[in-house]
Amino acid sequence: MKEMLEIRWHARAGQGAKTASYLLAETALEAGKYIQAFPEYGPERTGAPMKAFTRISDKPIRIHSQVYNPDVVVILDKSLIGKVNILEGVPSDGIIIVNTTQSPEEIRKQLNISDRKIYTVDATGISLATLGRPIPNTPMLGALIKIIPIISLEEVLDQLKKKFEGRFRPEVIEGNLQAIKRAYEEVKGE
Amino acid sequence: MKLPGWKELVEIGPIILEPGNAREYKTGDWRTFRPEIDYSKCTTCLFCWLFCPDSAISFDGKRVEINYDYCKGCGICAAECPVKCITMKEEEK
Amino acid sequence: MKTTFKKIAIEGNEAAALAFKQVNPDVVAAYPITPSTEVVQKFSEYVANGEVDTEFVPVESEHSAMSACIGASAAGARVMTSTASQGLALMWEMLYIASSLRLPIVMTVANRALSAPINIHGDHSDSMGARDSGWIQIYSENVQEIYDNIFQAVRIAEDPQVRLPVMVNFDGFITSHSEEILEVLDDDLVRRFIGEYKPKYSLLDVDHPMTMGPLALFDSYFEFKVAQAYAIANSLPVIKKVGREFGDLTGRYYDLIEKYHTDDAEYIIVAMSSTCGTVREVVDELREKGEKVGLLKIRVFRPFPLEEISNALKNAKVVGILDRSIIPGSFSGPLYHEIVSGMYHLDKRPIFQPYVYGLGGRDITTEHIKNVFTQLQEIEKLGRPKNLIYIGVRE
Repeated sequence: MKEMLEIRWHARAGQGAKTASYLLAETALEAGKYIQAFPEYGPERTGAPMKAFTRISDKPIRIHSQVYNPDVVVILDKSLIGKVNILEGVPSDGIIIVNTTQSPEEIRKQLNISDRKIYTVDATGISLATLGRPIPNTPMLGALIKIIPIISLEEVLDQLKKKFEGRFRPEVIEGNLQAIKRAYEEVKGE
Repeated sequence: MKLPGWKELVEIGPIILEPGNAREYKTGDWRTFRPEIDYSKCTTCLFCWLFCPDSAISFDGKRVEINYDYCKGCGICAAECPVKCITMKEEEK
Repeated sequence: MKTTFKKIAIEGNEAAALAFKQVNPDVVAAYPITPSTEVVQKFSEYVANGEVDTEFVPVESEHSAMSACIGASAAGARVMTSTASQGLALMWEMLYIASSLRLPIVMTVANRALSAPINIHGDHSDSMGARDSGWIQIYSENVQEIYDNIFQAVRIAEDPQVRLPVMVNFDGFITSHSEEILEVLDDDLVRRFIGEYKPKYSLLDVDHPMTMGPLALFDSYFEFKVAQAYAIANSLPVIKKVGREFGDLTGRYYDLIEKYHTDDAEYIIVAMSSTCGTVREVVDELREKGEKVGLLKIRVFRPFPLEEISNALKNAKVVGILDRSIIPGSFSGPLYHEIVSGMYHLDKRPIFQPYVYGLGGRDITTEHIKNVFTQLQEIEKLGRPKNLIYIGVRE
């Protein structure tokens, strides 16, 4: 891992990108890393495109500007491709993780790019199966830590339990844990 | 009254710690007409005592008395007196 | 002292609310406004859960919020509140009354632009507009500093030598809504540090009746104002002392200003709040290349620590002063005005270049900062400053 990992989350407001970006940061903190996480606030309402960011580093994070060259881009809603520039600032070795039933090859074709690494996972399908609702944030986090093992699966599961306990019903927490595990197993590369 | 310099105010700020110190300000100096009571006509009805806006008229249980240290000479007592026993006389210069 | 504190991930506003909770003030009167809302929202949860003893007064406007704070503080209570932007603007006339009556109210301000056009993001227009209101102003770089500054603000405000309100500022959204690491202090330690508040003057002290804020016309008003100006100037050593004591307890020392590689620097950027972190990154990068650059962070803007600032800057060649607010009709932002006029009489002084950046939350990046350092070198060759430069604005 380079000195600082920068992650950009693309989603529609209400899909839980802020929660995922924070959950990742909080888990990384537990694992002894330095962190920073923040959403981009505009006049968003449910369904509007939004972004969130996570920074993880081995050194204290002092920078307070937005993320311009993310190492990883996580796309919680495939319908955003073509509507917002999800590739903006992503270096040639950057990683793109998309919530879709399609294969990485198909997404590559759609994005019309030859570089960068592309991964896909059916996070919506997984969340429908485990939670009964299309909330793709936690499964996308599961996929992310499989591809970039900055923190372990167990650490994420523990942190989610801690964060969600008392705020959600036990079956919702269990559904999220299952969703993370399934996405961790099912994410596909090229 | 000696007014304080700013150095004396740094610590305390705009606070007055002596209650009722308006008493030190003798507004009787402002008077150009002076109310005088003709006690032979006074019925001790206390209208003047009640109406005086400066509480400059006192009543000791027997008769009213004007405190000239604070009476500004507004003339309300004379105007309100039902038996017209208060007259406003020009202050001597 | 070597103590390890619990580290948590938390947003700036929630860290402020947590600090409020640990202070456990007698009265909080507040009205919510973006991007400061969560301070009061979270604090009202603490109130509802019985985790504090505070009398929480939900009011109908910021003007009323400050009015209620003034009344409670005059009555001898430890009082805190929180606002931003238009809310601070609506408090205006009450700000002056709070400071002139020497009431030690602590208020957080999540700095935000002023309308119009309407904007909810961070710049310093709100607090810079209130810079002449007689409040002590402290600016926070990150979430940890918001939290730390609140405890210090309580101590500074209530110091018998000071007795003035303190505004703890931080950048709206950039730090108010950013999740960062916070080292949480133990409640006991906080209690020991801030101590019990024993008001010197209280309107509810019926054994010692008093009048606060009487009429003072041309025979006395001037004296009161000069006295007030000296009172805030007298807070400088107190702010330093409190920052040292806080450091002895936590390992995090605070001063009026922070010199980051300025001692031998030829080119220095002066900035406040969250931007300082971004400048540090660039200073480190350029220092590695051997460039003599530095950052001067202004933590305390009111009272203005002119002597410290002069000493930190006087040996530099060119200084770029970064203002995050604009004064339409003037030649620079307020920070530039203060520093340049304050250092004018010195025999040896650098060239000062005015900048305005980041209005309405416009991002300031490491690239922008690098560009400023390049410009400072050009200005040295030019021998005089250029007109006000706007960073990151479209032409």
